[in-house]
Amino acid sequence: MTKYLLLKHYRGDHDIAAEPLTPMDQWTPEEIGAHIQFMHDVADEFRALGEFVSAEGLSPEGTFVRYDGDGRPPVTDGPFAETKDLIAGWMIVDVDSEERAHEAAARLSAAPGPGGRPIKEWIEVRQFMAAPSTITD
Amino acid sequence: MDDLLRALMPQVLAVLVRRGTDFAAAEDAVQDALIEAMRRWPEQIPDDPKAWLITVAGRKVIDAQRAEGARRRREQRMHGEPPPGPTEQQDDTLLLLSRCCHPALTPASAIALTLRAVGGLTTAQIATAFLVPEATMAQRISRAKRTISGEQFNRPGDVRAVLRVLYLIFNEGFTGEIDLAMEAIRLTRQLAAATRDPEVDGLLALMLLHHARRAARRSAAGELVPLAAQDRALWDTGMIAEGVRILQAALAADRIGEYQAQAAIAALHDDAPTVDETDWVQIVSWYDTLLTLTDSPVAALNRAVAVGECDGPVAGLAALGRVDSALPRWHAAAAYLHERSGDLHEAARLYAVAAAKASSELERDHLTRQAARLNSGAAAPPAQ
Repeated sequence: MTKYLLLKHYRGDHDIAAEPLTPMDQWTPEEIGAHIQFMHDVADEFRALGEFVSAEGLSPEGTFVRYDGDGRPPVTDGPFAETKDLIAGWMIVDVDSEERAHEAAARLSAAPGPGGRPIKEWIEVRQFMAAPSTITD
Repeated sequence: MDDLLRALMPQVLAVLVRRGTDFAAAEDAVQDALIEAMRRWPEQIPDDPKAWLITVAGRKVIDAQRAEGARRRREQRMHGEPPPGPTEQQDDTLLLLSRCCHPALTPASAIALTLRAVGGLTTAQIATAFLVPEATMAQRISRAKRTISGEQFNRPGDVRAVLRVLYLIFNEGFTGEIDLAMEAIRLTRQLAAATRDPEVDGLLALMLLHHARRAARRSAAGELVPLAAQDRALWDTGMIAEGVRILQAALAADRIGEYQAQAAIAALHDDAPTVDETDWVQIVSWYDTLLTLTDSPVAALNRAVAVGECDGPVAGLAALGRVDSALPRWHAAAAYLHERSGDLHEAARLYAVAAAKASSELERDHLTRQAARLNSGAAAPPAQ
């Protein structure tokens, strides 16, 4: 009964998938459709198992923002630099064990890409901080 | 009327289940009877509401079976029986709970099903308590019902499995609107009234003795307050007295178990007017007993801390050295003992390590503050 964040990345510091991946705008429309349908199907799988919490996709555009001092407008630094890690979206699942969270991530990682082959992309898995349990002593 | 229905639903479910109705079918029928009750009762509540519900639910079971075209003539005869008298209530709580806590279910599923079928919480309430969408929780409960529908139930199941689930529910505490600790206490009370098992009483005592301290566990700012620092004037003395009474009666049965031992330790803490008056010698003794009943490494870790209080931090650290350092809170315990032994630099370092390993934000923040406290007063660390 622990929540995990499963993160897809558009790109990152390391290889984003097991093999080099062509950008999506060079896939066929059918391949793109199959990829998106797969994500919906996996969400439905997790719903049926009682594990799904939420899923979101993020726009590939955005900036970094910081406070710049009293009365001054926020400073923005963007768009994201080409070399920076970029989160594409996430799925949150509520599962019984870390092993199960890894299985869920592997399921997402199998999404089809060019030629219908599983992309095998790296999915980042992060455990939520929970409320402390009542009995500790 | 809502409270009445909530109290009656599990009893009605238990009657159907005990008569041999498949669990999932019984649960569906009870829900349908509930809908009818909510439609009809506001006009006039029947003289015997429980009998009304059993009759209506029984009819729903038959209707469902006819709709499926199943041949269940024997069950139809059973459901034609007159409604039960008060003596039929005795075994039902344990029977129902042991089904909901069946070992074939994962802890999360057992917890969800128990809160739904026995606790009478709505799916939406349980979903909110566990911060998942309602549809997800509904599926979890459905799957749990399907899992146990296939199982054979000839006699009340293992009480230990039930106690484990109730303990987990209690540990969830208070999440927003639903007080799961109070739900756990309510269900455990019910079970204690229906059984003569000192471990059930032991668990109830343990819950009460911990719940009594709740008001002192958080500062006004919402920060975690450890036991040693808690304002004991905020503890619920009435609840402590009740917990002690229940524990003493349980121990008198002379069938010691792990929940009774844990409750005894909690009682010793609750008995001390100030932390300095804590009877650590007795607490260590009870941890020794606990460790003969369970090989829980958490118990061994907590014992090491108690040994540190009793025999000094060096002894505590020696005991801690025999516990797996991968255990949650090991580094926090080591930090505490090092601070007590005067090694503030090592204590600060260990508090920082513990903070990084903490699984809750409240604990992480607390441990970070301890590291900061020592760092702000401690000598500068040696040059790297």
